[in-house]
Amino acid sequence: MQSTEDLKKIASQVRRDIIRMVVEAKSGHPGGSMSSTDFMTALYFGVMDHDPATWTREGKGQDMFVLSAGHLTPMYYSILSRAGYFPTSELASFRKFGTRLQGHPSVRKGLPGVFQAAGSLGQGLSVAVGMALGKKAAKDNHSVFCLCGDGETEEGEIWEAAMFAAHHKVDNLIAMTDVNGQQIDGTTEEVAGLGDLDAKWKAFGWETISADGHDMDAILKAFSTAKGLEGKGKPVMILFRTEMGHGVDFMAGTHKWHGSVPNADQCAIALKQLEETLGDF
Amino acid sequence: MKKYIDRGKKDTRSGFGEGLHLAGKADPRVVALTADLKGSLKMDAFAAEFPDRYFECGIAEANMIGVASGMAITGLVPFAGSFAEFVTGRVYDQVRMEVCYGKANVKIASSHAGITLGEDGATHQTMEDIALMRALPDMVVINPCDWTQTKNATIAAAKYNGPVYLRFGRPKVADFMPDEPFEIGKAYVLNGGKDVSIIATGHMVWEALKAAEVLETEGICAEVIDVATIKPLDTPTILASAIKTGAVVVAEEHNMAGGLGELVAGVLAATSPKPIEYVNGKDTFGQSGTPGELLAAYGIDADNIAEAARRVIERK
Repeated sequence: MQSTEDLKKIASQVRRDIIRMVVEAKSGHPGGSMSSTDFMTALYFGVMDHDPATWTREGKGQDMFVLSAGHLTPMYYSILSRAGYFPTSELASFRKFGTRLQGHPSVRKGLPGVFQAAGSLGQGLSVAVGMALGKKAAKDNHSVFCLCGDGETEEGEIWEAAMFAAHHKVDNLIAMTDVNGQQIDGTTEEVAGLGDLDAKWKAFGWETISADGHDMDAILKAFSTAKGLEGKGKPVMILFRTEMGHGVDFMAGTHKWHGSVPNADQCAIALKQLEETLGDF
Repeated sequence: MKKYIDRGKKDTRSGFGEGLHLAGKADPRVVALTADLKGSLKMDAFAAEFPDRYFECGIAEANMIGVASGMAITGLVPFAGSFAEFVTGRVYDQVRMEVCYGKANVKIASSHAGITLGEDGATHQTMEDIALMRALPDMVVINPCDWTQTKNATIAAAKYNGPVYLRFGRPKVADFMPDEPFEIGKAYVLNGGKDVSIIATGHMVWEALKAAEVLETEGICAEVIDVATIKPLDTPTILASAIKTGAVVVAEEHNMAGGLGELVAGVLAATSPKPIEYVNGKDTFGQSGTPGELLAAYGIDADNIAEAARRVIERK
């Protein structure tokens, strides 16, 4: 278990990786990657029971994670590589021809750590529910985690999965929503009137936790609460309140950086705001 | 001509239910999911014996496919079932990303395929599902012809490691195939012939055998081939027959677009072009009616197969 200070250092490096990956690839999705960086860093370096050395896609004897919001690959790949699933040097190949680091996660390129493809939105929660049931069938006392974007929860399948998981008492599942309030066309309220997510998940029969997704202590506390709720008959949803583009002043709080990439000058400014803590790839 | 005996009318979906039950007994990894159609899919026996391995998903097919994918990743062998339209057209993107692109060992159990679903009408009938599933990389497409072959195909699908689309139907039809292990990828030559090749799949195989009997009385010797696996197609068997007879009829309970007819035509065109006639739907939706009424109305039955055989022989 890493200290809060250690986790913050890793998160700073992950944000540097995100900026440098999308600039190198000249494409990608930095905004949501940066809003989800802090709690995803906490998950992989402080919460999940996992071991890159013995990882298999079946996930036996380890916790599993499904990235449902598949466009958050810059954050996901950075964290996987920093956790030891593959060399950090490979981050430079992101989105390039022949890479294992496809624009959206693929299981066809042999990238360790990735359990399932994602990209078409709204599907990963169902997959995570199926994995959690698979773990129950195998009597494997491990958890399944899943990350959805808040805009993604406009997809109907999310709520199909929500109903199913509650009905089948899938209580070894901890899902997270990155509530950054932004999607491609604007704020989630402007685009779709997302409304009261806490009330919606509660109404669908889930244990619902809300936490500041940029406060490392609050993040760890939320995960600790979620773990304490496992095995009690309900799936758990953590709604992490975040800011799109968090960590770089000119990128923060706007949908404009959902899927656009800084130019060279902007990149230099961004990197000055993010401490290099573990060595750039 | 080899004679096949109808041992009694049975629905192919019940063959699936029997096969699923047997596969479940043989392999504890086999699980079943359905979207509020347990009875229609004949999953009752499996669900009764293995309640912990049966998952009612409610009327939510998209989630069912995703859940099945997640289960498969952890090592289970899920059969996810509903009506053909609702496990293909309704969830095409889920099947594409979570099952095929996502390399998940999921079996799509597709019942009530074609127009012989009958009285419910066109919303529930699909004549497009083979086209959709054929288009997906890595998907195996199986369309068995009777109760016995569907049972054995289900057992074979459970043993096969990879995505399978298993298509069967609602009405009670002749049960005539020998009870033998099903070979995925094999086209079964049911009787040898020299004048015309009748290449059929699903419910049309028995219709093809009936047509061959009629043709025999006219002195026409038809070779009937049961294409139980549409993908991967047994190209050598089909080509050898077409080259031998020099005339081909393809019969299927599916529209022309993307069906077996186009597939066989493509194989022949690329290698050894022969006159070909099609017994299938022609860019059409169905309507309410009994299976017999509908097959006759849309020109997809033994009479139409025999007539197509006479036409194609004239074109040699």
